[in-house]
Amino acid sequence: MNTEKRLVYMDHAATTATRVEVAEAMVPYMTGHFGNPSSLYDLAKDSREAVDAARVQVAAAIGAAPKEIYFTSGGTESDNWALKGVAFAKRSKGNHIITTAVEHHAISHTCAWLEKQGFSVTYLPVDRYGMVDPEAVEAAITPETILISVMMANNEIGTIMPIAEIGTVARKHGVLFHTDAVQAAGHIPIDVQEMNIDLLSLSGHKFHGPKGTGALYVGPGVRLDPLMHGGAQERGRRAGTENVPGIVGMGMALSLAVAEMVENAERVTALRDRLAAGLLAIPETYLNGHPQKRLPNNVNVVFAYIEGESILLLLNRKGIAASTGSACSSASLEASHVLMACGLPHDVVHGSLRLTLGEETTEADVDYVVAAVAGVVQRLRDMSPLTPTELRSK
Amino acid sequence: MYNEKVMDHFEHPRNQGVIEDANGTGEVGNAQCGDIMKIYLKVEDDVITDVRFQTFGCGAAVASSSMATEMIKGKTLAEAWDLSNKAVAEALEGLPPQKLHCSVLAEESIHAAINDYRVKHGLEAWEEKGGHAEHQH
Repeated sequence: MNTEKRLVYMDHAATTATRVEVAEAMVPYMTGHFGNPSSLYDLAKDSREAVDAARVQVAAAIGAAPKEIYFTSGGTESDNWALKGVAFAKRSKGNHIITTAVEHHAISHTCAWLEKQGFSVTYLPVDRYGMVDPEAVEAAITPETILISVMMANNEIGTIMPIAEIGTVARKHGVLFHTDAVQAAGHIPIDVQEMNIDLLSLSGHKFHGPKGTGALYVGPGVRLDPLMHGGAQERGRRAGTENVPGIVGMGMALSLAVAEMVENAERVTALRDRLAAGLLAIPETYLNGHPQKRLPNNVNVVFAYIEGESILLLLNRKGIAASTGSACSSASLEASHVLMACGLPHDVVHGSLRLTLGEETTEADVDYVVAAVAGVVQRLRDMSPLTPTELRSK
Repeated sequence: MYNEKVMDHFEHPRNQGVIEDANGTGEVGNAQCGDIMKIYLKVEDDVITDVRFQTFGCGAAVASSSMATEMIKGKTLAEAWDLSNKAVAEALEGLPPQKLHCSVLAEESIHAAINDYRVKHGLEAWEEKGGHAEHQH
């Protein structure tokens, strides 16, 4: 029994710590340079320039022009704005939206709301790895289709979608293409030009920026209604006084993440594969998501015969922070729609465990987690009435 | 999200395991909902002399099984039958509202085990009083 107490944070897909240098860079914009960027006097000029500089940083990270970046309060606002903004701006042209069955709730619940407003939404199925077929996207396009929204990488299982191929399809049919890149930005390369992306959502706290920050990329010529009405901030498209410190922090964090991406991805991928191999050595354990086309930091597995919340509680006692798709752990008591869409049976979804690594994760962390998980799984299997005799402790 | 009492019963479950020569067993719940409870009873002269459980489920489900088995050990079948899910939840010093159904599962599995014993011994199965035994998801 390992009595060592340590903290191993393996929930980077949920949120990340703001980098110290990022937090430090933000402080002057709360204290000294506190001016409202919309004001006329010199004090405001510092704030304005800081926002402009961050816009350049964010644009550069995704191959966009600075004037195509709009700052928001986070990924959820960006997703809401992209979908509702395009839907209402294009209502006279058509009422059909195409998306997938595995999107984040910021997309799927917004789509459900749009359906109540009279829009029609196609939720494309995915294969067992959570991958959507670009040909299925093309086949779903009708003369009424005004928007395609497909996430770049899945938040639960890490599967990276064929975004460039879907972008080509969208462009060919003259349909706008939005991607929720919240999990992808700062982790895998993004180029909105090459990938034919018209709208793209970002969230600052997923790449060591501050919470409450996000951005929406809006490509040239894309019309969308505002989500927030009020002042003329963000060139009249997103009202509300700019979160200057947050914007400064997000710009810097993304810029650093992109600069270090290649090196980090290589190191984290090796750790991810070590972790996955260690966990898959536990009997009746299966990998969720695509074996290769997945985020460098994502491991998602299911253990037969046990339930995820119990796994998390016991791992927490060992200092390990992780996540599950079990219904019992969610306030809504609904099992993961992503794992269900991948075709996993309902009872198996309850035994899922997501571990998402970070830049600070070490090989020792991985080995500690593998040993801890193996112990917890055995303990819970010994307790479960479903466990076959051969998997029980002697 | 759980209080210390619940965590204590989850981490150190009492009466976990099986009774090989149990004379009453009951299993309720289903894997789809995410929780299954199985109760094993050893009954002698109408008294529960030993009880064990196996549970597939969340922290609240395990803690409810542990507490419920503690509460019926040494009791007569009639006394055990009267153990309500509310009493189990109260003994655990409260469960989060969305987890109350786990304590219902404990009550139902005990009822199932008691009736299994009764039927096996030529007695009439007792009827659920209704009202409190629903298991909703």
